[in-house]
Amino acid sequence: MVDNGIGASVRRKEDLRFLTGKGRYTDDINRPRQTYAYILRSPHAHARIASIDTSAARNAPGVVAVYTGQDMAADSVGSIPCGWQIHNKDGSPMKEPFHPAMVTDRARYVGDQVAVVIAETLDQAKDAAELIEVDYQELPAVVSTPRATAEGAPLVHDDAPGNVCYDWELGDKAAVEEAFGKAHHITRIDLVNNRLIPNAMEPRAYIGEYDDSTDQYTLYTTSQNPHVIRLLMGAFVLNIPEHKLRVVAPDVGGGFGSKIYHYAEEAIVTWAAKKVNRPIKWTAERSEAFMSDAHGRDHVSHAELAMDENGKFLGLRVHTLANMGAYLSTFATSVPTYLSATLLAGVYTTPAIYSEVKAIFTNTVPVDAYRGAGRPETTYLLERLVDKAALEMNIDRVEIRRRNFIQPDQFPYQTPVALQYDSGDYEATLKEALQRADWDGFEARRAEAKQRGKLRGIGISTYLEACGIAPSNVAGALGARAGLYEAAQVRVEPTGSVTVYTGTHSHGQGHETTFCQLISEKLGVTHENINIVHGDTDKVLFGMGTYGSRSLAVGGEAIMKAVDKVIDKGKKIAAHLLEAAESDIEFKDGNFVVTGTDKSKSFGEVALTAYVPHNYPLETLEPGLIESAYYDPKNFTFPGGCHICEVEIDPDTGVTDVVNFVAVDDVGRVINPMIVEGQIHGGVAQGIGQALLEGCVYDEQTGQLLTGSYVDYNMPRANNMPDFQVDHHVTLCTHNSMGVKGCGEVGAIGSPPAVINAVLDALRPLGVEDISMPATPNKVWAAIQAARTARAA
Amino acid sequence: MSSITVSMTVNGKPVSAAVEPRTLLVQFLRENLGLTGTHVGCDTSQCGACVVHVDGKSMKSCTMLAAQAEGASVTTIEGLASNGNLHPMQEAFRNNHGLQCGFCTPGMVMSAVDLLNQNPDPDDHQIREWLEGNICRCTGYHNIVKSIKEAATTMRGGS
Repeated sequence: MVDNGIGASVRRKEDLRFLTGKGRYTDDINRPRQTYAYILRSPHAHARIASIDTSAARNAPGVVAVYTGQDMAADSVGSIPCGWQIHNKDGSPMKEPFHPAMVTDRARYVGDQVAVVIAETLDQAKDAAELIEVDYQELPAVVSTPRATAEGAPLVHDDAPGNVCYDWELGDKAAVEEAFGKAHHITRIDLVNNRLIPNAMEPRAYIGEYDDSTDQYTLYTTSQNPHVIRLLMGAFVLNIPEHKLRVVAPDVGGGFGSKIYHYAEEAIVTWAAKKVNRPIKWTAERSEAFMSDAHGRDHVSHAELAMDENGKFLGLRVHTLANMGAYLSTFATSVPTYLSATLLAGVYTTPAIYSEVKAIFTNTVPVDAYRGAGRPETTYLLERLVDKAALEMNIDRVEIRRRNFIQPDQFPYQTPVALQYDSGDYEATLKEALQRADWDGFEARRAEAKQRGKLRGIGISTYLEACGIAPSNVAGALGARAGLYEAAQVRVEPTGSVTVYTGTHSHGQGHETTFCQLISEKLGVTHENINIVHGDTDKVLFGMGTYGSRSLAVGGEAIMKAVDKVIDKGKKIAAHLLEAAESDIEFKDGNFVVTGTDKSKSFGEVALTAYVPHNYPLETLEPGLIESAYYDPKNFTFPGGCHICEVEIDPDTGVTDVVNFVAVDDVGRVINPMIVEGQIHGGVAQGIGQALLEGCVYDEQTGQLLTGSYVDYNMPRANNMPDFQVDHHVTLCTHNSMGVKGCGEVGAIGSPPAVINAVLDALRPLGVEDISMPATPNKVWAAIQAARTARAA
Repeated sequence: MSSITVSMTVNGKPVSAAVEPRTLLVQFLRENLGLTGTHVGCDTSQCGACVVHVDGKSMKSCTMLAAQAEGASVTTIEGLASNGNLHPMQEAFRNNHGLQCGFCTPGMVMSAVDLLNQNPDPDDHQIREWLEGNICRCTGYHNIVKSIKEAATTMRGGS
């Protein structure tokens, strides 16, 4: 192994530019003759638009153009597409209403795009936007799914009765009913998975550009997947063929899912750039991001667990209402279904599972995948349910989990909800986490805290997730409208340095370092001689991008495949140079060696020969050393583990402090432990944020977004977070070459139920039995007061 | 709109430009001077991505007008390293993986430098309280706190 290869905590290559202010994010880019766009948004959650008068705005100082949805309709601009089609129980397809980049006659959420002003400066565009007169006729709005599905609720789309997008099911209903029929005990729970606003620190920003001499468009975008944007926007919305559209996603300041999707503003600036024949920049303000970035979660679920007399799970049934918002965002429909219900077995051997999901339109921002996407929702449901079951059955909560774990010798394990897990060891991660958290010593800490007037609690979550998205044929059979392979190209340059083009995209994950480690390990080339290129459709051959913790397990595998091809070709060249049989050549430690001899050629010599083929088998081998590969995964990968949270609550204020957090995760083989731990820290912080701090709130009557800024939406701050204790227990993925699983989302998936279970553990002695996320001081304090009042009565 | 002339020293160099009176310091830095290392992450002065030093103290450059910095000495993230050597805070962030996407990083680093100017040996609690005005969505703050502690040790001359 080389020094900076697989398994080393190499410092990141990308840090130098970020630490010196040399990062190049979309808003840092300025194009010659650039104009600025400001988007006028609907102030109403639901309104008919009788007329829009833009005449005064068009004549305002510095204004280049003003466009509305009518102008886009006149150019036959298409609907912003949804990438995943779900079918109803009866086999009919979901409702898929037209999703305009700018509305024409009806606004459906606060923030819906109504008009765009393009001006010489941003301030001029903003000033002019104030002169646009829109005649809104307000309509009644619905924001929560229970209200949207009530009898007589206002309709978001006239052609979606009951506001239902789809009514979907998974699992064997009859088998589940039979299991419930013979149950010794049934535990029931109602849960809300709170709506979140992703809030990557870099707001979305786009620059659209058009060259009339070549009929070429360029879009600079804050995207996690530039090729996907090129396809969605080019083929479905603006009718621009791929060869005339370049999409560049430069440095991107965090995504967490919210920058996967094709957004209206991308289409607006690209379309309008041709009309004004000048580049157009649009950058979201934070308050605009709150009302236009896709939100996350927002599930309302009822779940029931049937058990025998020993607490062995016999059957599980779940009913979920999932909020889609006003329109279908790119992957919205897959989140509550194939990314959520398919995980309902979790780490347990539950033999019969049935899930039904109704996806609901509301007058809110579209909802889509946010870090974890469906798996945090399922994990929260399962781990809250299991804790409640343990309590009702009077079985220790760790013991009930152990009794139901899938055992290491049961892999590959076929669940009743489609997935087949390849590997894992849930007892190992549990045991290690219990030890690190000093679980057995907890009661002494609880007693000590009580002396100080504090309520101390400990909570656990044993979880699993499916990532490394995804086998294309499986995804396709389930309704995905795209393949989910990844592409890579490895270019060995004549002097032996290496450039890697990857279809994944790094927006904080450190690919420029991790992928270097793969190349360095495999080819023996030093990091200084490797360059990782991503984020430009004109450079990278193809790609599906970064989400679903897929960059290493899918993108990394594609790179390794390309490297293998490089080595194979190198062996042919070396065999020729060394006058040996190709089968006698092995590649080790950066040299092509004739097995069992001291005859060898270095990687650099072979590279140079490939480009200066004077002594070369030209009749059988092409010059050059550039190889491309596509990798389509054989299965999802299944990271899992155990999270334990310890909290202290001040009963006088309701403030919850996370005093300890232990995460022992199995993410498969670890390439760079420092980066993996960083990913888990960040994920756990977002999970603690969901559990204790963050919640998107709409006014139920007016549909106004009440949490529309950092004043109102509680982002996790440094003083809300503990030091994390993070560790790994590795079982290898069995179906990819590196044995890697994925680490980007596990933190956000495993942690919320651990936190809430800890809060409930702290409050239960007072008689509190339930609390919803986010468990804010106000909510905790109110729960304590209510329990005290109830006890006194 | 009428313009005014503002003059100040930025990263040791005198600069002057005609700007609209409503121009924020961060706009002046990013748009007039092309110093795009200072970022804008919010519109309510909470995220701290825009922190620079004005006369040696950390300031949110989205919260003051360029005109208010008239005559001042401003240091941005681009001016922190000297003679090609990273500032110990930059070095510590790099050593401890104190950054991921890098967007909050310039403000985080500038803010942390000011903390150590005021308190060369802060404990974890003091660091976390100080960072109340700097939001990071990637790191969970764990490695940022670790970075600042390492920088404090280095800058005090410890090992």
